[in-house]
Amino acid sequence: MNWLLDYVRPKLSVAKTEKDVPDNLWDKCPQCDAMIYGQELAKNLYVCPHCGYHMYLRPRKRFRMLFDDEEYSYLEAPKVKEDPLNFKDTKDYRSKLKSAREKTKFDDAFVAAFGKMGGHGVVIGVMNFNFIGGSMGLAVGEGIVQAAQFAVERKVPLILVTASGGARMQEGILSLMQMARTTLAVKQLKDNHLPYIAVLTNPTTGGVSASFAMLGDITIAEPDALIAFAGARVIKETIKADLPAGFQKAEYLKKHGMVDMIVSRHDLREKLITLLNLLGNTYTKGE
Amino acid sequence: MADKTIYLDFEEPIYKLDTKIQELKSCCDDNLAKDFNKEIANLEKKTQKLLEETYTKLTPWQKVCVARHANRPHSIDYINALIENFMPLAGDKLFGEDEAIVGGLGFFNGQAVMVIGQEKGHDLESRIRHGFGMPKPEGYRKAKRLMELANHFNIPIISLVDTAGAFPGIEGEERGQAEAIASCIMEGFKMEVPYIAVVIGEGGSGGAIALATANRILMLEHSIYSVISPEGCASILWRDGSAVKKAATALHLTAQDLHKFGVVDEIIREPLGGAHRFRDETVKHAGDVIWKHLTELKKLSPADLAKDREEKFLAMSRIA
Repeated sequence: MNWLLDYVRPKLSVAKTEKDVPDNLWDKCPQCDAMIYGQELAKNLYVCPHCGYHMYLRPRKRFRMLFDDEEYSYLEAPKVKEDPLNFKDTKDYRSKLKSAREKTKFDDAFVAAFGKMGGHGVVIGVMNFNFIGGSMGLAVGEGIVQAAQFAVERKVPLILVTASGGARMQEGILSLMQMARTTLAVKQLKDNHLPYIAVLTNPTTGGVSASFAMLGDITIAEPDALIAFAGARVIKETIKADLPAGFQKAEYLKKHGMVDMIVSRHDLREKLITLLNLLGNTYTKGE
Repeated sequence: MADKTIYLDFEEPIYKLDTKIQELKSCCDDNLAKDFNKEIANLEKKTQKLLEETYTKLTPWQKVCVARHANRPHSIDYINALIENFMPLAGDKLFGEDEAIVGGLGFFNGQAVMVIGQEKGHDLESRIRHGFGMPKPEGYRKAKRLMELANHFNIPIISLVDTAGAFPGIEGEERGQAEAIASCIMEGFKMEVPYIAVVIGEGGSGGAIALATANRILMLEHSIYSVISPEGCASILWRDGSAVKKAATALHLTAQDLHKFGVVDEIIREPLGGAHRFRDETVKHAGDVIWKHLTELKKLSPADLAKDREEKFLAMSRIA
């Protein structure tokens, strides 16, 4: 465990009672088109009360929903080199980062917090899909490495809630390397016999699915979440045929043996606590 | 006539010169031969100069074309030239055999090694058989199995990376392409034997890194390694499939770029004119460089080899 030594310990900062951006008065369900009153939607954890569709849940709401008494402390966001490639397409990457930060009020697409669930200390990391499609670059990779590190130091489990389009193209090869680095992060948990639970939400694709997302000791998916390696459009273009119904949805993955269970958002906290109770209740060998 | 198919678009002037040289050479009038020899020597000098001018200044997009050249030595060529008594091993022992990944045991300069390489094939029949070098989950699970086997018997691993990417298709998704790649990446980190990855042509995204969480990452001079193909990047970020040249430049996907980022440990020089022109020479030189790194890594203890790999990757993007 030598690499622990040169690791920069993230500082904790207590989550202030933050006001979220005010919820829209009315929201439209993207699946059944029903108009839902904003407060009702929030109370229902952003699950459509009509069709059960799981809409995107922002990190703060996810933390409040999972931690005991809605109490938690943020792990400080890691410092990484910004825009390492000096990348420009039709717009420059720095300005994309800037507007994503203004929009989400987060530094990048991953944020982690420490708190308790059912009395167990636990680190939860959440990907922010609203931040450049939740894509994984240096900041996300390093954030996950440090979150894992923090969990190992405190000897607590790690839960990662994924939502990502894949690698952050604008960071080139360095974003690809995060697939290896986040896998290493997971390996530290495994080496220390600490549980790592992956919660896959809509959508979890590309380089994120092909690294830490698919390496959970237990893998949970939210209903109907898109979970894929290759994009459906690419596959369709390649094979020039229609795709099977429900292709790359959580239920399809479960049927093919790729996720352990599909858990509705309403039951997620309770199911996770039961799992933590089970995985934490180990016997001592030889006694 | 020179075979036009082996010349890339930007090599048109070289093609013209080569054609002329061959025409002169095929002229068998003895009386004229003496004059021709002088002319031929001149033209050959010119070709050499053109090759030098072209190949010392390849643009990123030109490198993409060279890296994908059909005549470039593939995994099988490296195995045939460098490995003695090669014993190919097949199957993931779970679902099937995927020939997009060739692998097996053999002797490299007398040392037993496990070679695991992506193979694109060289003609239509072999390309189909090798799945165009795009592995399916069973391919990655086979690679993982071979890594475990090598580790179990304390045998060093050499991986040869050459893929446009992992196979995108229904079967791949159905059988867990994402999980197969993730597990292969993880397996690499578990190895307590020397593990060297060589990008010999195209290092296409997740499909490539699955075979490249190694102690040493080497790249051929005109190979590429990228998070996404220039075509994919152009269509997503520029919304214009023809922006491939811009995308290739923006992605910083050349061996030289990656060496600067500290992702790649050493660039393996190619003869002037590229690996596809001088296949034997390229493979032999690559063998020498791989051997040098293997000799160095053999000095590390099993635990240190795993630690070396972890530290290498953890340091990788903590660049100042």
